[in-house]
Amino acid sequence: MGYLLKTDWWKWLCVALLSYTVIGGLFLPVPELPILNETIRVLHFHVPMWFGMILLFLGSVIHAIKYLRTGDNKSDIYSVQLANMGIAFGLLGIMTGMIWANYTWGEPWSNDPKQNASAISLLIYLAYFVLRSSIQDQQQRNRISAVFNIFAFFLMIPLLFILPRMSDSLHPGNGGNPGFNAYDLDSNLRKVFYFAVIGWTLLGYWMTTIAIRLSLVKQKLEDA
Amino acid sequence: MLKYILGIVMLIGTQFAQAQVEMADDFRGEGKIYVVIAIILVILGGFFFLMFKLDKRAKRLEKEIKEK
Repeated sequence: MGYLLKTDWWKWLCVALLSYTVIGGLFLPVPELPILNETIRVLHFHVPMWFGMILLFLGSVIHAIKYLRTGDNKSDIYSVQLANMGIAFGLLGIMTGMIWANYTWGEPWSNDPKQNASAISLLIYLAYFVLRSSIQDQQQRNRISAVFNIFAFFLMIPLLFILPRMSDSLHPGNGGNPGFNAYDLDSNLRKVFYFAVIGWTLLGYWMTTIAIRLSLVKQKLEDA
Repeated sequence: MLKYILGIVMLIGTQFAQAQVEMADDFRGEGKIYVVIAIILVILGGFFFLMFKLDKRAKRLEKEIKEK
């Protein structure tokens, strides 16, 4: 019981924010729009997956750069595990998006520019893990995958933020749709959405820290 | 005896059936809320899957430590 009180404050923040996300996200009034109906509430569950993915990948690339500068194995472990969780978030984002699209756009995959671009950036990150597992020498593997990580991150930015905006996309904020205004992201949605993003990202980070700790223990075992 | 018990049960049953019980009927109405539920379940499932994977890794480590 004492552990629960002594643990990091942000873990409790995560619990509180996600509880609020589920309660507020399902109960607070939302804009009544045709076709969208209640599915507009998905904003608090589907969109934070992508925000979380980008933040986790950002953490991953920072540690990749750190690894290249210091050669510290710890940074490599951080970088890999953050990328791992980022991919999990991305896959959840794609799956939830397809379910939602099935009932609003009429089909799970409509080759929307943003759908395609997010699938491509996920494939690039999957290639990161293929690359890692294909190199035997540890130091070489860490260095090459860190370089690839930087490449993947800076390829993801135009894929997700620039290219979909240059063509017509069904996603709000792209093509003819101006930013969040298309959602009519009113004050009630804002009341939950930003907290949802922080909450889901914290949950992902929390699980990543556990994976990192396991990896560090494993390394210590191998070194000993 | 059984006849009486059954009779009482049936009496209670019919009374419940007659009363307009307040249920979340609108919830099941055509508002596509089930899409939101499906999506929350998918996300929960994803996180459970990751938890099981972490659990497995921890178990493997414990075994390794035991063997040393």
